[in-house]
Amino acid sequence: MLKNIFPNKILSISNKFITFLIFLMIIVLTIGLAYALFLSPPDYIQGESVRIMYVHVPSSLISLSIFAFIGLASILNIIFKIKFMSFVAKSLAPLGAIFAMVSIVTGSLWGKPTWGVWWVWDARVTSMLVLFCFYIGYILTWKLINNFEKANRISSFIGIIGLFNLPIIKFSVDWWNTLHQPSSLSLTSAPTIHYTMLIPLIIMFVGMIIYSLIIFLMKYKTELIKFKLSKKK
Amino acid sequence: MLGKKAKSRLALLLVSLLSGVVIVFIVLKSLEENLVYFFSPTEIFNKTNIALNKKIRIGGLVKEGSTIKKESTINFIITDLKNEIIVSYKGLVPNLFSEGKGVIAEGKLKDKKFFIADKILAKHDENYMPPEVSEILKKSN
Repeated sequence: MLKNIFPNKILSISNKFITFLIFLMIIVLTIGLAYALFLSPPDYIQGESVRIMYVHVPSSLISLSIFAFIGLASILNIIFKIKFMSFVAKSLAPLGAIFAMVSIVTGSLWGKPTWGVWWVWDARVTSMLVLFCFYIGYILTWKLINNFEKANRISSFIGIIGLFNLPIIKFSVDWWNTLHQPSSLSLTSAPTIHYTMLIPLIIMFVGMIIYSLIIFLMKYKTELIKFKLSKKK
Repeated sequence: MLGKKAKSRLALLLVSLLSGVVIVFIVLKSLEENLVYFFSPTEIFNKTNIALNKKIRIGGLVKEGSTIKKESTINFIITDLKNEIIVSYKGLVPNLFSEGKGVIAEGKLKDKKFFIADKILAKHDENYMPPEVSEILKKSN
């Protein structure tokens, strides 16, 4: 059922919808950036470098969630043979990789003025680098292996194995002593970020999710069209 | 609803995921010593076999009123509110180094109570707030 409806539905999502999303993104990100860079106060210890957080935290969260989707799509693809899931995962991968990289780079830029170093091998930072490597491995599998079935199997395998890394990233700051601070946001307790900083963070988060959705829809359409063309040949 | 083949694949997946979790858990457990980025003073205190000339990191809070600066040397106490270690360091500390805040020192233990550091990192906690709010909080305390 799902198999038949979904891919064609997505193809018929008009470009108008994507254009609408682009406009929405521009508005949300403009407000978010203005708030994050100018209106929100500096931190009582970090000073102005707290503003890096408004990009760093959403990027990290999105790159983690995207890999969770890739893992889930890989399971559905391998176990239930839902073919379009491989296109979902394939279209998500570059997006997640970019966000993982942004997270690492912004974290490094923040680490120098705060911790005093660009890079440390603590559990959080290292496991995030491992996530980036999983993304690269996943993307390379599709790029280097020409046989579709084979690439599909190997990449799904990478997607499922990579799932084990996600709880390690998330809980590394609670399980072990790390230089990286624990989460300021959690489902069970009040945020430890003052609301004047929490609001721009949430706006930026929403803006970056819309961006991800746009890129995903564009890439997914391209992947489906590419696959259909390759079948016609 | 599910075909026979899909069912067996699902079973295989569940079994491998479960064994994967167990394997990951065992590996992480055995690597624990290397996964922690630093030891707290209490962990050092409870350790029975400490290699004194091995480079390690210790971390905790800089005890209020404990910093003594003499020329380029700075001495301070790292505490986890249960145990304390005196740290001696020659060089510049990060801007965010301050009393009552988190710190990590990299270097060698002289003994369980004295540490010679050759690198100091400031640790930031999960609290974010504007300076005015922190002033109000300080006053109300």
